This record gives sequence, structure tokens and C-alpha cells, in this order.
Amino acid sequence: MALRVEHEIHRRRRGRNVGLLVVLIGFVGIVFGLTVVKTLNLGSAAEMERFDHVARPALDVAAEREAADTTDAAAPTDQGEEETQR
Amino acid sequence: MTDVSLNDGLDDGRTPEAGFGDYLALLKPRVMSLVVFTALVGLLVAPAPVHPFVGFVAILCIAIGGGASGALNMWWDADIDARMKRTRGRPVPAGRVEAGEALGLGVALSGFSVLMLGLATNWFAASLLAFTIFFYAVVYTMWLKRSTAQNIVIGGLAGALPPLVGWVAATGAMALEPWLMVALVFMWTPPHFWALALFVRSDYGDAGVPMLTETHGARATRNHILAYALLLAPVALALGLTSVGGPIYLAGSIALNAAFVAGAARVWRRDQATAEADRFLAERKLFKLSLWYLFLHFGLLMVEATPLVVRLEGAVAWL
Repeated sequence: MALRVEHEIHRRRRGRNVGLLVVLIGFVGIVFGLTVVKTLNLGSAAEMERFDHVARPALDVAAEREAADTTDAAAPTDQGEEETQR
Repeated sequence: MTDVSLNDGLDDGRTPEAGFGDYLALLKPRVMSLVVFTALVGLLVAPAPVHPFVGFVAILCIAIGGGASGALNMWWDADIDARMKRTRGRPVPAGRVEAGEALGLGVALSGFSVLMLGLATNWFAASLLAFTIFFYAVVYTMWLKRSTAQNIVIGGLAGALPPLVGWVAATGAMALEPWLMVALVFMWTPPHFWALALFVRSDYGDAGVPMLTETHGARATRNHILAYALLLAPVALALGLTSVGGPIYLAGSIALNAAFVAGAARVWRRDQATAEADRFLAERKLFKLSLWYLFLHFGLLMVEATPLVVRLEGAVAWL
């Protein structure tokens, strides 16, 4: 059977290819959109750095310092409670 | 792919190459609509805010997961589908898509939907979606469908789970409310399906699929419909007493359940000769009512979840 230039099969293939293109663009859009939403919903810029997949010692030092500050802030209250008990 | 392959099969009227629509048909879009609606309600009534885009992706993933299990169903049931008039035109038995392609699409989309749902929301919801796909594709399709007349009762769990997946996607945790939504869909499925089975002449028997109407007859099916309608009512009403319910839902649910039980009782009182005489009028009405029953129950849950101010504004605008 001789094939015409534009056969019905060609049209169907084109439809399939266009459909796949739309699906792939949609997938890219979803991944991009999710990335934007997830990063914008982070508490601080420092948290964003955690997505680098690289060890960031500076972040750990900052976290330790923050934890230490919290402990220091809580300490006088404990002393106050002890004095009250005496 | 080259044009050389085109010569095969074109002269005998077959359509050797599938169009994009054939692959979409593998995902059973009509079944997907129920999944999308109930999952959306589960997600929206959950007591946790979800970013609209994340919510959209979650519902999309649940829909794709449902579609994937449909493709797996079409792969496994290609032999049955080829023997039944209603399903003969599906892409696999019609020869437009190969069974292996349906399997590949089903597996790929299952993996994709579970992975994306996990990344978009949480892995608990993703594992529930994976279980739903497994239950439909393996427990229902491969095991129950050909072995017991209760296939749609137990297999109905797969169709009932989406609101739970939606809820967990939003909250990350289980609760009583989504399980009652699951119970509502689960108990609704048998009377809905059997009402249809009573008036649609099916060829399940020829295909070797045990359906209640074929294995136990119309009388037993009518008894089952009434029993399930009676059991369904307390489940639907109980949902109204939880945090997602309220007076509007309860009022609607009482009316809907009264109508549904009355319809089921009407079907139960009839025998086959009476039904055939009026061309299954009561059965058709009950089937139509069952569609509204589920849609309105979940719709009323959405109304209850909408703040009062918005509801009042909407009512004023409508008037």
C-alpha cells in the first residue's frame, strides 16, 4: 500500500506526540511550582541552604549557638525558682 | 519507529497504532471522577490548611494513582473484556494498545503518583495511595473479581479510600472522620452497583465473572440492596455528628437516607416479573438516586467546611 504524504496514522502519531509534550510540560510545571511553594514556605533563608545537599558547618554552628542562647535564657529562671524554694 | 511498520494491519481494518486518547482511556476517566471528588472533599474538610498548589498536585496524584490501577485492571482483565459486549471496545481487547503497554503504563504511573504525592505532601499519604492501588489491582482485580460474588463489596474499599488519602495528605495523620467517609463510600458501593446490575443485561456469566445477580439471582440481590441501604444510613448519619458534620449535613443526610431506604424497600418488594413489566423503573430510579446520594453527602460536607459568612454571602448573591 502506497503511503500518502499525510496519512491518518501520521495524524494519530502527531496527536500522541503532542499529548506527550503536554504531559511533560505539565510535569515540569508541577515540579517547578512545588519547588517555588516549598521554598517560599520555609521559615528563614538559612533553612533554604539546607537544600544544597552539601555539608554546611556554618548552619550547625549557628544552630548550636541558638541552642546555647536558649539554655542561657532559661538558666536565671531556674535559679530564681531555687531561691524561692529556700 | 518507521513507516515500514504501517503496512501491517491497515488493509484488514485493524488500527495498529493507538492515539493519545487510547492511553487516556486506559486510565478509566469516568471512575476517576468519583476518586477526584471524594479525595478533594477529604482534603478540603481536613482541619489543616493546604497550599492550593500543593492541594492541586495531591488531588492530581490521587487521580493518576486511580488511573494507574485502572490501566493495571485493563491489562489483567483483557481476556474478560474481550468476551463482554460492554468492554469489547476498550483499547487492549480492541487491539489498539498491547497488554504489555497497559501494564507498563500502569506500573509507571503508580510509581510516579506515589512518589510525587510523597514529595508534595507526606509519605504517609503516599503509602496509603500505594495501598489503594495495590488493593484495586491485586486484591480486587487479580483475586476477588473472578473468585467470589462479593467481589465488589470487598473490592469497593479501593474506591472508598481516596477521601482518607486526601485527608492524610492535608494533615499527615489518621482521624475518625475520614474513616467514616471511607465507610460511607464502602457501604454505598454495593447497593449502587447492584441496582445497576438488576436492569443492565450483563454478560459477566459468559465471561466467567461471578456477580451476585448471576450467582444468587435477582431475589438475593434485592435482599442485599435493602440490607446495605439500612446499614448505610447510620454510617452516613454518624459522619454528621463528627467535627466535619453539622446541622446542614445532618438535615440533608436524614432526607437522603430516608429516600434511599424507601427506594431500596421499593426494589426489595418487587419480583422480577413486576420489574420487567415496567422496564425496571424502580431499579433505575434507585440507581439514579444513589448517584445523587453520594454526590450530595460529600457536597454537604464541603458546605459545612465553608465558613458561615461565605455561605451567607453566596446565598444572598444567589437570591
